[in-house]
Amino acid sequence: MIEILRDYGVLLLVGQFPNGPLGGLALTLCLAITGLIASFPLAVLMGIARTSPIAAIRAPATAIVYVVRGLPVLMLIFWAYFIVPILVGHSVSGTTTLICALVIYELAFMGEVVRAGIEAIPAGQVEAARSLGMTYGQAMRKVVLPQALVHMTPSILSQLINLIKNTSLGYIISVNELTYAAYQVNAQLLTKPFEVYLILAVTYFVICWLLSLCVNRLEKKLNRSSTRNPTKEATA
Amino acid sequence: MISFEGVDKFYGEYQALNNIDETVAKGEVVVVCGPSGSGKSTLIRTINRLEPISKGKIIVNGQDVHGASVDVNKLRSNIGFVFQSFNLFPHLSVLRNVILAPMMVLGMAERDAKERAMKLLAKVGMQHKADAYPSQLSGGQQQRIAIARALAMEPPVMLFDEPTSALDPEMVGEVLNVMKQLAAEGMTMVCVTHEMGFAREVANRIVFMDAGTILERATPQQFFTSPQHPRAQKFISDIRHT
Repeated sequence: MIEILRDYGVLLLVGQFPNGPLGGLALTLCLAITGLIASFPLAVLMGIARTSPIAAIRAPATAIVYVVRGLPVLMLIFWAYFIVPILVGHSVSGTTTLICALVIYELAFMGEVVRAGIEAIPAGQVEAARSLGMTYGQAMRKVVLPQALVHMTPSILSQLINLIKNTSLGYIISVNELTYAAYQVNAQLLTKPFEVYLILAVTYFVICWLLSLCVNRLEKKLNRSSTRNPTKEATA
Repeated sequence: MISFEGVDKFYGEYQALNNIDETVAKGEVVVVCGPSGSGKSTLIRTINRLEPISKGKIIVNGQDVHGASVDVNKLRSNIGFVFQSFNLFPHLSVLRNVILAPMMVLGMAERDAKERAMKLLAKVGMQHKADAYPSQLSGGQQQRIAIARALAMEPPVMLFDEPTSALDPEMVGEVLNVMKQLAAEGMTMVCVTHEMGFAREVANRIVFMDAGTILERATPQQFFTSPQHPRAQKFISDIRHT
């Protein structure tokens, strides 16, 4: 175990970086965070569309959510693998393909988080804003979303945990993230699959566990501040 | 200033408003009362189109509220509305609550909006809490700010939907005082309220509703001493006993 970490630790951590492309755990985290950042604005739009009073906006958004939720992430990766190059007209890297697939996946799942966040805001808030003459858009932007986004921060962080685990599927299209790196290490050693995959499992677990600790603390903090004294950051 | 012409409102099969005809003149203070479920809140919420109506017409400031061509946002900006549950924006400071709509809807500069807001907060006795957040304030304080927030749009008419029903008894007075002051300044007001003391003292007219119908219109004097309709008589005797 120690020897594996000594010989292959750097490879598992950052791949061939800085002499080659970034890989391993660093790539896994980059993929997950990029996926989160790229999907966040789209998920907000999705949440708004899902709660729209206009059926012509609501219906297609709902359809997208149901379709994406009904497909395994792996299927999305396959589709992205074949469709993205056709759409953009040239071949794209595995990393880009994986990010596209993850963004589509999160569009549905984080979109639902946003929808739930919007729906959790009491109707009286919108009524108060509209009674003052604010438009639907103004009420959404200035009253509903600022409150909803603060409340849903823990759920969005939970999506990051999901994303980190899902990046492991990049293995199937040879994206050199942590799982693929471990697979390669195992292929070189041949005799120590248990140790290699134990390292892999522990790494994923520790990161996701630490993140869920953060989520819990954040939830408690938000609960406290919403009942006692709201913090300045909520005014954004 | 406000007129109802044959207004019906249905929730599915249930008729919440039944052939309402009523007029509120400029400067008038009308108190709407009646047992719970009588349609009072529904009635007041149709005036700024928070509730759609099924039939009839409501005219406010010469505009057909439920007409297809009306600019509902412009219309609402001219009708102040105060809710039972205050509905302050919890993520904004008191001052931000008050200046939000003047800036967003009227396009006021922040400095002007703040100046107006501070005057109104002073008027409701809350200027010292301009930087506080709603959750740090009592119900009575929140409701006074909600009134200031509505006044910041300088509406010619104010609607109050049970403004003191969610308050602890000791806070009712401070909100009613603000409302009395508004009435004394000549504001046109429609108030749904159970505060019969307020009705007696401030209202020009009392409208008694039951089962979606206006059963009696009277001056406070007439209403409290010699109600005509049997249901109004029962209502008066019921509130005497509580």
